[in-house]
Amino acid sequence: MQTKKSINNTAPVKSKRMSEGRSLWMDAWLRLRKNKSATFGLTLVIIICLAAIFAPYITRYDPYKQLIWTEGIKAKLAPPSAEHWFGTDVYGRDIYTRVVYGARISLQIGFAATGMSVIIGVVLGSLAGYYGGFIDDFISWLTNVVFAFPFLLFVLALVAYLPPSLPLMYSAIGVVSWASFARVARGQVMQVKRNEYVEAATAVGGGDSRILFRHILPNILAPIIVQATLEMGSIILLESSLSFLGFGVQPPKPAWGFMISEGKQFFLSGQWWWSVFPGIAIMVLVLGFNLFGDGLRDALDPRLKQ
Amino acid sequence: MLNYIIRRLIGAVPVILGVVAVVFILTTIVPGDPARLMVGQRGNPETIAKIRHEMGLDRPVMVQFVDFMKDALTFNLGRSYRNNMPVVQAILTRLPVTIKLAIFSMIIAVIIGVPLGIISAVKRYTWMDYSAMIFAILGISAPVFWVGLLAVVLFCKVLGWIPGTGLGNGELIYYVLPSIVLGVRPGALIARLTRSSMLETIRQDYIRTARAKGLAESIVIMKHALRNAMIPVVTVIGIETANLLSGVVVTEQIFSMPGLGRLSVEALLNRDFPVIRGTVLFMALLFVLANIIVDLSYPFFDPRIKYD
Repeated sequence: MQTKKSINNTAPVKSKRMSEGRSLWMDAWLRLRKNKSATFGLTLVIIICLAAIFAPYITRYDPYKQLIWTEGIKAKLAPPSAEHWFGTDVYGRDIYTRVVYGARISLQIGFAATGMSVIIGVVLGSLAGYYGGFIDDFISWLTNVVFAFPFLLFVLALVAYLPPSLPLMYSAIGVVSWASFARVARGQVMQVKRNEYVEAATAVGGGDSRILFRHILPNILAPIIVQATLEMGSIILLESSLSFLGFGVQPPKPAWGFMISEGKQFFLSGQWWWSVFPGIAIMVLVLGFNLFGDGLRDALDPRLKQ
Repeated sequence: MLNYIIRRLIGAVPVILGVVAVVFILTTIVPGDPARLMVGQRGNPETIAKIRHEMGLDRPVMVQFVDFMKDALTFNLGRSYRNNMPVVQAILTRLPVTIKLAIFSMIIAVIIGVPLGIISAVKRYTWMDYSAMIFAILGISAPVFWVGLLAVVLFCKVLGWIPGTGLGNGELIYYVLPSIVLGVRPGALIARLTRSSMLETIRQDYIRTARAKGLAESIVIMKHALRNAMIPVVTVIGIETANLLSGVVVTEQIFSMPGLGRLSVEALLNRDFPVIRGTVLFMALLFVLANIIVDLSYPFFDPRIKYD
């Protein structure tokens, strides 16, 4: 709410209707564009997304093709070269190609799992914040339980015993990651529902669902989006930990975490490229989301801007 | 104070009960019969049935659940399916490693994070601020296991400063590297939070007053600002404990440390359900306890907060 007020003061208003519909997001976008580290983060994310989408066009090899069968021993653990930018692994697979294709897995799990936790968290959190009372007690208890749970173990336990599949993976991660969204949504709803326009909506006879969806949710969107962007990074890290431990995405799929773990023993004996490049890829992608999320927070919530 | 502690402990009971319930559901719904697993593929049906009976797996689920609740609350967690060791004993032998690791890394996190945050805030928009914040954002973006791997290669193989992974005879030197690796992420978070919280505090009136009465800048920062800026930092330490415990699982794996994390991964691989239940339960307990301790430390930083 504070955001809207301050924006109406600063944004150049052409026509009143236009500014009401767009000014919050337009203004946030203008602020975001001025923030160098945020645009850098967004650029990193976009580059990796494009690389994932157009993977076949920017790589020369097949991610599963084991070149040791065609090119012989020289393709085995070949160091980085013009031929193989990131070198090859012990089966002669091109690591650059596998890192690029690996982005598909990380991004897919990241977006799907974050989406799921946003939906679960926002629904539960809004219900708790809106209705209060027993519903709030119950949902808050559930949130505390999920928070107290060592979530890596939780996801491990889920994916360790169920048949390996991507949807299962992101459902498992979504089921444990919603708690932070529930907390944010609950607090925001509690704050927003005291506003006069909500009172007005109630007074003209708006039903609960209409008030929640039309009047309250649009106004709590900004902090949820910020949280989701930052959560993307955490979820990608979580997914890579899982595949590093050998759970989750199954080989030969090129999951970054698993590549690091495959290359581990060779790293210790000097062939560093198998483990190092996927690690850099994880770090760059997560860094992108974190920088972008930080910038979004500053842009969407001018109160926090120092 | 004592009253408050007791109230908090009682308040934690529903959460722990919830965790116990989730653990039970989790280890009950998953496919795979532990009895068959114990006997192996060639076991005949009678033996399996007998073992199922002995383990109580043939009873109705609700009965198993109530029993499990009772057992969990009395710390009677059963025996490992794999080596028949009592679960509590297995956990207690591994627990010190994990607790030491967690405490050392939190100490390291505070030692790295707080000064970096202060420097950043005080020397805002200088190269010191920028480099501290670049370190911090990289610290929260890098995967723990990868940093661990790089550290092992650098310090054990290349430089040879640390004898290697594992626990040796439990000498502290073996904890140094894993604690640093595990402390990077919370340290980075603490640095970021200390910075923003310091910047907020420095603008307050009482800081201007402290400066106006001629106190040295170092006293203003260290005595007046820092203590007030520490409150959100303390909160993040509590929240980070959960992440830390997840990090412990991976870090112990990299450094071959025989702690709770490794125990739980081994148990997961072997479908050793009593051990899985036990480790998850203990980790949840650690988390709840850590948060109570964090809450108890607030009055130290802000005497206005009182518990009675």
